[in-house]
Amino acid sequence: MEQLLSVLIGVLVAASVYLMMGRNLLRFLFGLILLSNAANLTIFVAGRLTPGAPPLVPDGLDAPVGEVANALPQALVLTAIVIGFGLFAFALILMMRAYRSLGTLDTDEMRVAEPKDIG
Amino acid sequence: MSWYLTLPLIIPFATAIVAFLMRGHAAGKWVSVAGSSAALLAAAALMQIVLAQGVLVGQMGQWAAPFGITLAADLLSAVMVLITAITGLAVAIYALGDIEERHAKLGYHALFQILLAGVTGAFLTGDLFNLYVWFEVMLIASFGLLILNGDKAQIDGGVKYVALNLISTILFLTGIGLLYGMTGTLNFADLAVKVDQVENEALLTVVAMMFMVAFGVKAAVFPLFFWLPAAYHTPSFSVSAVFAGLLTKVGVYALIRMFTMIFDHDIGYTHTILLWVACFTMVTGVLGAAAQSDFRKILSFHIISQIGYMILGLALMTPLAIVGAVFYLVHHIIVKANLFLIAGIAKRLTGSTEVFQIGGLYKSSPLLAVLFLIPAFSLAGFPPLSGFWAKYIIVKATLDLEMWLVAFIALAVGLMTIYSMTKIWAEAFWKPHPDGRDPALRTLQNRRALLLPVAGLSLLTVVIGLMPEPFVVFAERSAAQLLDPSAYITAVLGTTP
Repeated sequence: MEQLLSVLIGVLVAASVYLMMGRNLLRFLFGLILLSNAANLTIFVAGRLTPGAPPLVPDGLDAPVGEVANALPQALVLTAIVIGFGLFAFALILMMRAYRSLGTLDTDEMRVAEPKDIG
Repeated sequence: MSWYLTLPLIIPFATAIVAFLMRGHAAGKWVSVAGSSAALLAAAALMQIVLAQGVLVGQMGQWAAPFGITLAADLLSAVMVLITAITGLAVAIYALGDIEERHAKLGYHALFQILLAGVTGAFLTGDLFNLYVWFEVMLIASFGLLILNGDKAQIDGGVKYVALNLISTILFLTGIGLLYGMTGTLNFADLAVKVDQVENEALLTVVAMMFMVAFGVKAAVFPLFFWLPAAYHTPSFSVSAVFAGLLTKVGVYALIRMFTMIFDHDIGYTHTILLWVACFTMVTGVLGAAAQSDFRKILSFHIISQIGYMILGLALMTPLAIVGAVFYLVHHIIVKANLFLIAGIAKRLTGSTEVFQIGGLYKSSPLLAVLFLIPAFSLAGFPPLSGFWAKYIIVKATLDLEMWLVAFIALAVGLMTIYSMTKIWAEAFWKPHPDGRDPALRTLQNRRALLLPVAGLSLLTVVIGLMPEPFVVFAERSAAQLLDPSAYITAVLGTTP
């Protein structure tokens, strides 16, 4: 399972780098989303995959019995997904505004803040 | 749970909620000022407790240290929280006169308070994943503030700012994942202990480099700084002042925290890279500033060159150098925020920030000229202002290590800083206004709200400059704590390492 996920992370990173190399901002954003999913999977794999029971403590005991899944990476990934979702929603709307007011999504043509003749 | 630790966080969040509810109301901006004042009191109380009792630790929800969420304040955290509160109050007062009603209605004051909360949280947190969360709180608020006006330049600068910061965030997150995989913990104190037990040191260095790049983007070091001059000159002056003062320094703080406490296993490798990064950052920043002619762009490039000095202090890793880095960090936040506020007043008086198109400020507003000279000279390192002592300690540390070339670069960059400050001085202040405009302070609307924070921050610079000793002693204690984190670890984990 670990090997499979490692390969998947590699494929995601490769695809995201390919997308981000382009000059189109929307492709860049899609690349960023893939990259963030690769990061989330990295946390997940780094926390050791155990096909165990949910980490619930039975009544009257202090610790769970038997093999349980590591809950911490799942909590971390869940937090990261939520935060990432908010950021990408913002980024997508920003791209839309950029396309409306600048008339382009080509990064080479976006030179309003740093005009060529001065900078 | 200690209220001293949580109040500096709760106050700005509560203020943000109230300010958001009252965003259409004229009292909204006063809510922001009141909240910032309360936050300053809370930060001062925290500082006093930390000075008296040492490292202060709070475990959220009573979960013991490596498992729960830890808030911890050592001397460095406490002073950063205090300086954040001071800058926050100064900018909140400045915003009374600077922020248009339209922007206040869009929620400027609420976003500003959330930004302060995020910055404070990043300084107070005791574990790595929460540092990531606070970074995001800070980032999303800064995105909103940056593009609040929605004009073309802001959208353009905002796109670059958002894109590069998101990449650095993802890199940070990946680093967290790998470090967790190696050590099984994310608590700073626990990491400081467990990192020494990791067998594969090479892998640890790889993760250290990932963190260096991730925080390097936030701190705007060479070669990762180009989002900063693209974005910092576009928002309103209050916003760029708080960005310039605080946001990049959170990256520097994270670098100092990580590379003194946790990644000190292979100093020969990581800190040599930091040394190169520091030198290039100083030089490119100051050369960039020399090439610009816009008031705010010159100041933006100066942020970069000054970040280089702090990283230099960290890279040398001697006790004196860390003292210099801490002192520099505190001095720089005050001075830089102040210069951006002054740029805002100059824009109001003269109608532009392009230095060749404005002028006459010295003759019509001598008070503003004096207020500009204090932080400008301090930044360049003129004695006896605060920047002189900061630079003196750093250069002394390089000389003690007999790194002549690095010391020469640091001194030469100081001279170049004076050159570009002279450009602002000669063009904006000295020569008459090309359109014959009379930029006198008395013509300024809301001039009390605009001048009061500038005067206050300048006074603080002078006080640090004339009485450096308590501040240096403080920086020494803080550096000692960073280089020997056993007190911090004991306080957080409750056991001696």
